[in-house]
Amino acid sequence: MDQTGPYEGMLAETIALPGFQGDLITAYFARPLGPGPFPGVVVIHHMPGWDEWYREATRKFAHHGYAALSPNLYFRAGDGAPEDVAAKVRAAGGVSDEQVVGDLAGALHYLHALPFSSGKAGVFGTCSGGRHAFLAACRVRGFDAAVDCWGGRVVMAPNDLTPKQPVAPIDYIQDLPCPLLGIFGEEDQNPSPAQVAQLEQALKAHGKTYDFHMYPKAGHGFFSYDRPNYRQEQAVDGWKKLFAFFETYLRTPASSVPAAG
Amino acid sequence: MCTMIVTQVNIDGSGKGANGWFKLREANVSYDHPFDAPLEHALNIDFVNEALGPGERVAVELSVEAARTLVETIDAVLKRAEAGGYLEQSAPAVPDTAT
Repeated sequence: MDQTGPYEGMLAETIALPGFQGDLITAYFARPLGPGPFPGVVVIHHMPGWDEWYREATRKFAHHGYAALSPNLYFRAGDGAPEDVAAKVRAAGGVSDEQVVGDLAGALHYLHALPFSSGKAGVFGTCSGGRHAFLAACRVRGFDAAVDCWGGRVVMAPNDLTPKQPVAPIDYIQDLPCPLLGIFGEEDQNPSPAQVAQLEQALKAHGKTYDFHMYPKAGHGFFSYDRPNYRQEQAVDGWKKLFAFFETYLRTPASSVPAAG
Repeated sequence: MCTMIVTQVNIDGSGKGANGWFKLREANVSYDHPFDAPLEHALNIDFVNEALGPGERVAVELSVEAARTLVETIDAVLKRAEAGGYLEQSAPAVPDTAT
């Protein structure tokens, strides 16, 4: 809970880290001041780009006591206004899953190498970033918790597969090593409630630890306060559930945490 | 990307972006999340010249109805111009030096 008394400080800045194939990519890094130890969170931006909301979210995680790192997955498309860069990536059919997984592995390694790391780290993403969070949790060893906010195309029909997205993330589900929090809106088309139900069924079938919340009267991206799809009540509750989830799996001593499937 | 529905087409023409007029080389047509239009998905057209970088972009984000109306309108205008004998079929005569 927020407190007014204690001193509080934060460092937030752009850094560079080695991503896929050792490419240096930029990332926004925010952490509380002090010796730690701090758990880490990788913050993954949405399809419309590495924009201000993700810097705010990164600082929000730092405010809650996490060393948070948001890699620019569109770094290779050049610099410019986030939406111009994202438009260029959109025209190219997006970024490849292989490249994203490599960049997110680099972000996780960066967090783990920090002298004030607690040794635990989670991954959080929205929209395409929710999909990437699920994908990274399955394919990068070392995440202790994952949060998928309305990630579309986790469930994919065979004709949705592309050279850049050759495998549906749900097909990696047996490799998911950590608990998964899912936050969705029942009015969303991508992922649709039916696709979310399919994902939940697969998690159950594989004995995974998960916590899914399907919010009524909400669609895609309902945390985005600058868009008409913002839903105040659902967003506030979603953030609470998200921080409670990370508190349980990233900060609680291992002996008191429910075992992941 | 969330829908991954995008097609790029080569075009000729000029567009006026944030830095003034520039030569257009490509149009990227997608149906995906818009940046500004108050829609979950929109028909987006980015008129660009990729050689000039991401900032040289003229963007429109249209509702489905607006996009269909625009397509019909463009076609109708071209037909009227064709009927009047106004269509210029050849490529621009001026050599392209400003990519």
